[in-house]
Amino acid sequence: MNGITSAHHTHTPQAESSLDFDSGKYVKIWQGPQHPGVTGNMSLELYISGSEVVQCKTHVGYLHRGFEKLMERRRFIQNFPLVCRICVPEPDTNEFLYASAIEELAGIEVPERALWLRTLNLELSRLASFLMWIGGQAGAFGLGTVGQWTMAHRDFILDLFEELTGGRVYHMYMLPGGVRADLPHGFDKRLLHVIADAEKLLYEIEKVVFHNAVFKKRARGLGVISQDMVDTYGVVGPNARAAGFARDVRKDSPYAKYSELDFDIITGTGSDAWERARLRYLEMHQSIALIRQIMERMPGTGPFYNRPPNVLHWEIPPGQTYVKAESSRGEYGYYVVTDGSMFPRRVCVRGPSYAHAVTLLEELIVSVDIADIAGLMVSLHTCPPEIER
Amino acid sequence: MKTVLKELKKTFSIDSVLQQKDRTWFITVQREHAVPLLNHLQSIQGFTHLSLLTAVDRIEDNRFELAYILFNHYEKVTLGVNVLIDRDNPVMDSVHHLWRHAATHQRELNEMFGISFPQSPRNSESFILEGWDSMPPMRRDFDTKEYAEDRFFPRPGRTTNDPASFMKDKLYPEGE
Amino acid sequence: MKKKDRSRREFLENAGLSDPEKELFCNAKPRPSKTLGKYMEGFLNWSRANSLWILGYGTGCGAIELRPLMTARYDMFRYGIAPRPTPRQSTVFIIGGYASVKTLKRIVRSYEQMQDPKFVMGLGSCTINGGMYWDSYNTINRLDHYIPVDVYITGCMPRPESIIAGFEELKNRIRKGYTQGANQYINNFDWYKRNQKQIIKDWNMPDYNW
Repeated sequence: MNGITSAHHTHTPQAESSLDFDSGKYVKIWQGPQHPGVTGNMSLELYISGSEVVQCKTHVGYLHRGFEKLMERRRFIQNFPLVCRICVPEPDTNEFLYASAIEELAGIEVPERALWLRTLNLELSRLASFLMWIGGQAGAFGLGTVGQWTMAHRDFILDLFEELTGGRVYHMYMLPGGVRADLPHGFDKRLLHVIADAEKLLYEIEKVVFHNAVFKKRARGLGVISQDMVDTYGVVGPNARAAGFARDVRKDSPYAKYSELDFDIITGTGSDAWERARLRYLEMHQSIALIRQIMERMPGTGPFYNRPPNVLHWEIPPGQTYVKAESSRGEYGYYVVTDGSMFPRRVCVRGPSYAHAVTLLEELIVSVDIADIAGLMVSLHTCPPEIER
Repeated sequence: MKTVLKELKKTFSIDSVLQQKDRTWFITVQREHAVPLLNHLQSIQGFTHLSLLTAVDRIEDNRFELAYILFNHYEKVTLGVNVLIDRDNPVMDSVHHLWRHAATHQRELNEMFGISFPQSPRNSESFILEGWDSMPPMRRDFDTKEYAEDRFFPRPGRTTNDPASFMKDKLYPEGE
Repeated sequence: MKKKDRSRREFLENAGLSDPEKELFCNAKPRPSKTLGKYMEGFLNWSRANSLWILGYGTGCGAIELRPLMTARYDMFRYGIAPRPTPRQSTVFIIGGYASVKTLKRIVRSYEQMQDPKFVMGLGSCTINGGMYWDSYNTINRLDHYIPVDVYITGCMPRPESIIAGFEELKNRIRKGYTQGANQYINNFDWYKRNQKQIIKDWNMPDYNW
């Protein structure tokens, strides 16, 4: 243990240099919430010189609904419809984490088949989120058609979700004790067909995006995250893996059935927008392979739900826990504290964009051209709803 | 991990140690030793990743309980450090020199709970709420339902299906 | 040609602006727009109904179901609906779901910058009565107390087919002549402003965002 040198003091942030903003050399503009060039609803207060950014402050809070306060007012079972709405593009991770935190604190066992179904759901939602992401990344650099293809294909995956759970976007499928329903008849054939089509689409996307001269020129060298920035700025997920760290919550702290699946952690060499895009593309292929593995290895029959005690009068003994999962953006964490009553004491949600979109973005955006800001934000895969919940 | 914690108990005043899961531990430490302990954990013990910094309002003890959740990538261990601070004068030392993104967590705690971290950059700027003039909203004595019904214009005609009141009306229609 | 009677023009206070800023913003009170004769207005309403350009502002959750509308499967372009990046070029403002206080200020600003005639569609149950965030300290409960709303679409969130059905309903209303949303806002200007200012505490923009 003593041989570890912490690298946290070697990176000097650029954003702390003092600039004279009254000298007339700088223009202040807002890239505000209503802008096609920001991912979702956040705004950037930029000081620019020419067309280069010299300082940026991010403003979030346009989507704040006060989830954590609302969750303290509702019983444990009433929180389930609320929890999936925290992260709009990828709601399943939230359901899974809340369910597993409650199960851990209450001591409820989950049957085998339910764990497999949960893993299947998580991987499908990761794939859907990545499809939406690559549409945004290509669109930020001018390749708008890719977004149309991927959103259309994501619709087929949402159709599968609707068949399985009843809702296209918000599923409310993973309850404490298991899942709500079993796979319908013929679901596996339809699923494998959609996955095969997604794979063909990915090969098309590779030809269009990664062999494109404009994309290569604009994405290389944009938003470089160096190795010593990763721990200091709390970078997680594909952003950190592209910098060379082999960190994946599915391997570090396995959950659901990931300990029984075979897959490797994909890493990159130097984290710039190009490398991150490449890495996420490979992770999409990995998701498809994992879904095929899950469908092969899942046990054919079995109970999928362990009924918890009367949910309207359910009291959970006092305790605290921290559970995490790997969503398409990185490490997603839930910190749940109970105090023996019918209501949760504190539920704190840690989205991966919390660290990426505020301090990291303000650091990386210095000396970036205004036209590339959108590309930078999408390459970090920031999603504002999980920052301010 | 147990040996590491035993050693730490000798140097820092750690009050309690709890193993929650196979690789998740929670310890409670006194306020004066909190930041030195975190520094030690980050630089020497290998807990280089700060996942979360949040607070729980323990209004019955008149305290705030801060929780720092750290992760060690070498040993794959999650460690939660709980620190109790006073509720009437909530001030705590900042850790933004160890992890830069802690500044964001600390800004949010300042706005939501009222816990101030004086050395943290941009600490008193509003992070999420705009034009907020009431008490910090995440405290236990802030009633969000009353605030919403008072300030915003609720549409009349909303009925409640609260099971407790429904069963009470059904079983005891004439009152207790 | 009649001389324009400029003495009847009313002016707004713009109390939220500092003195150097007051010279930069227009402080005239908006006046309702007139409609032309019956047949001309009928022709214009037909053309307005068939080219509804929406403002590309995803204010809440509901925006996630707006993106599939633009793909080939649901294809809103065949109805003449196209997303525009600026309020100056759009006709319909879709409020997708809940609106927090911070977003409401920007909604008011964008709505006032749109040109007459303009329409508002409220998506989801959060615009009707607050939805599942009814007791939240940061989301509004009734949208029509702040800006006039033409059509509500229920659901959480509504499917793309429901959104297209909502657009059809809006088109029928426009063809029948219910195009006076902007005039309703201007005629009840004081009431809307009072409601908005009760919610939005730091009003550092002009009273009417021309």
